[in-house]
Amino acid sequence: MKRDDTMSKHVRNLLLAVLTLLPAAVMAGPSGQALSFTCAGCHGTDGSSVGPSMPAIAGMDPEVFVDAMKDYRLDKRNPSIMNRIAKAYSDEQFKEMAWFFASQRLHLQPQVTDAALAKRGAELHQKHCEKCHEEGGRPGDAGTLAGQWMPYLQYTMQDFLSGKRDWPRKMKRKVDAAIEDDGADAVSALIHYYGSQH
Amino acid sequence: MTNIDRRAFIRGAAGIAALGVSAGFPALVLGAARRVVVVGGGVGGATAAKYLRKLDDTISVTLIERKPSYTSCFMSNEVLSGERTLQSLTFGYDGLRRHGIEVVQDTAVGIDPLQKIVQTAGGGKFQYDACVVSPGIGFKWEAIGGYTEEVAATTVPHAWNAGPQTELLRRQIEAMPEGGRVIISAPPNPFKCPPGPYERASQIAMYCKHHKPRAKIIILDPKDAFSKQGLYLEGWRKLYGYGTDNSMIEWISAAGGGKIEEIDPETLTVQAEIEEFQGDVVNIIPPQKAGAIAFAADLVEGDWCPVDKRTFESTRHKGIYVLGDASSAAKMPKSAYAANSQAKVCAAAIVNRFRGLEPGDPTFVNTCYSVVGEDFGISVAAVYGLNSHTNTIEPIPNSGGVSPANASAEIRKREVSYAHSWFKNVISDMLE
Repeated sequence: MKRDDTMSKHVRNLLLAVLTLLPAAVMAGPSGQALSFTCAGCHGTDGSSVGPSMPAIAGMDPEVFVDAMKDYRLDKRNPSIMNRIAKAYSDEQFKEMAWFFASQRLHLQPQVTDAALAKRGAELHQKHCEKCHEEGGRPGDAGTLAGQWMPYLQYTMQDFLSGKRDWPRKMKRKVDAAIEDDGADAVSALIHYYGSQH
Repeated sequence: MTNIDRRAFIRGAAGIAALGVSAGFPALVLGAARRVVVVGGGVGGATAAKYLRKLDDTISVTLIERKPSYTSCFMSNEVLSGERTLQSLTFGYDGLRRHGIEVVQDTAVGIDPLQKIVQTAGGGKFQYDACVVSPGIGFKWEAIGGYTEEVAATTVPHAWNAGPQTELLRRQIEAMPEGGRVIISAPPNPFKCPPGPYERASQIAMYCKHHKPRAKIIILDPKDAFSKQGLYLEGWRKLYGYGTDNSMIEWISAAGGGKIEEIDPETLTVQAEIEEFQGDVVNIIPPQKAGAIAFAADLVEGDWCPVDKRTFESTRHKGIYVLGDASSAAKMPKSAYAANSQAKVCAAAIVNRFRGLEPGDPTFVNTCYSVVGEDFGISVAAVYGLNSHTNTIEPIPNSGGVSPANASAEIRKREVSYAHSWFKNVISDMLE
């Protein structure tokens, strides 16, 4: 990510923090906060999952969040529980939840990783992934990878590689290149690298 | 995201400003510190206590719970298969204390709705501005002849509140001879954890498959259908020979004479409507009602506590809110996730009331995972809204439901891992 984008994200998050202090407008339907509170039983309080496999969603980019929810609603991802849940919400409600989670701080927890694999994964990440998943995969314009629960990353990569989920633009080429560099271990090395960050 | 998209998003957020109860003034600005007394430290009570403080830390919150620690009933069927210990389901209340909640180990015995005082067995009197009651379930001991609290504690455990009876049932299954027979008597609707009796049969079968492969598990049911039935039957066929002569699990429905009338604890013989069943291990899950304090405090109509579904305030006594299994919250099931979800709606409504604001529109979720066997997990999910005309909580149309039938082995395996995540996150959301 370019530096000015990072700045605009900080400004945006500051704006969100200020918004939460303003009196609530009168509106129909549950608030964004009320909608988001219902997610905590699986994704952790305010979106910081305590694992071992449900993904953390705190600090997630709002557009990535909305796209994911729309994909689930259309059954475009390998069926989990989320496709059934996403069908209950409108686009506007997706946006409200997206803003709630974007303004939450992500609390990460240590995971057990293989140091040698993680080291190799760090190199692969820099070479193939950093351009979209900036700062080692910290929450940004693409999905959160750094410190994400490893089984979830595993499932996600399995779904991409088996054709059960559509690749985001350019990602297939990058993953193919990483596998060309390091063989079948490449994906596992990357996951250990992301899991080693907390 | 382009800059234009980004601006649109920010405008959207400003327009929404739907930020619930974090908006407005803290209760303290409007007067003396408000006091909430929470009765019961299960999922409903603990979540309500935590979220009250999270939404407004000027509110003084006291939680009254008779036990020194919480033992989760969800996931406790895994104790029966030996997959986990009861200890792994037991958690202290220090996390709530760190949120500034006063946790008092005592038993609430009465609530005076006019004086607004909760009385405890230890002689305590706790003044409140709002009282949250989340006592869980009680049992209808009179419903089954020969079945008493003493019998349950010693020879025929119900194990429907996780604790010593869960471990007793585990020991009985371990001590059972090869080729032995386990009888599970399922309760009539409504009851806590609708898929639970069937997960229990599954977990016992998972243990027996390895250690007592000729064992039989018979479920005697006063119902003709049960939660996640299609998925359970699929799992039982795949894992335990269901539908063959060698099936480890047998389900006897109401129509087949599954309703039981009497138990002889000496001979472990159960009298059902049509025939008698004798077991080596008998587990009776009795018919249920709201927990004792709900009756003592005059909060029940019939077996359960009627509430205003927008706030969970009792329709019988103002200022008292009833959550979780004890409340009449159809069409939500009596489950941990449901109690957790209701508690947040209730906490927000109380904070709004203290600030002189109307309660917001409620939204609820239930999710529930069951582990049918090794690498075989299944789930049900629903999102609910309020139909204010009928005061009923209704699922949002065309959403929710159970795991797909005949899903891949990979999906079933992932749902076991997700089941354990769901457990950890509910626990963390209520206690940490």
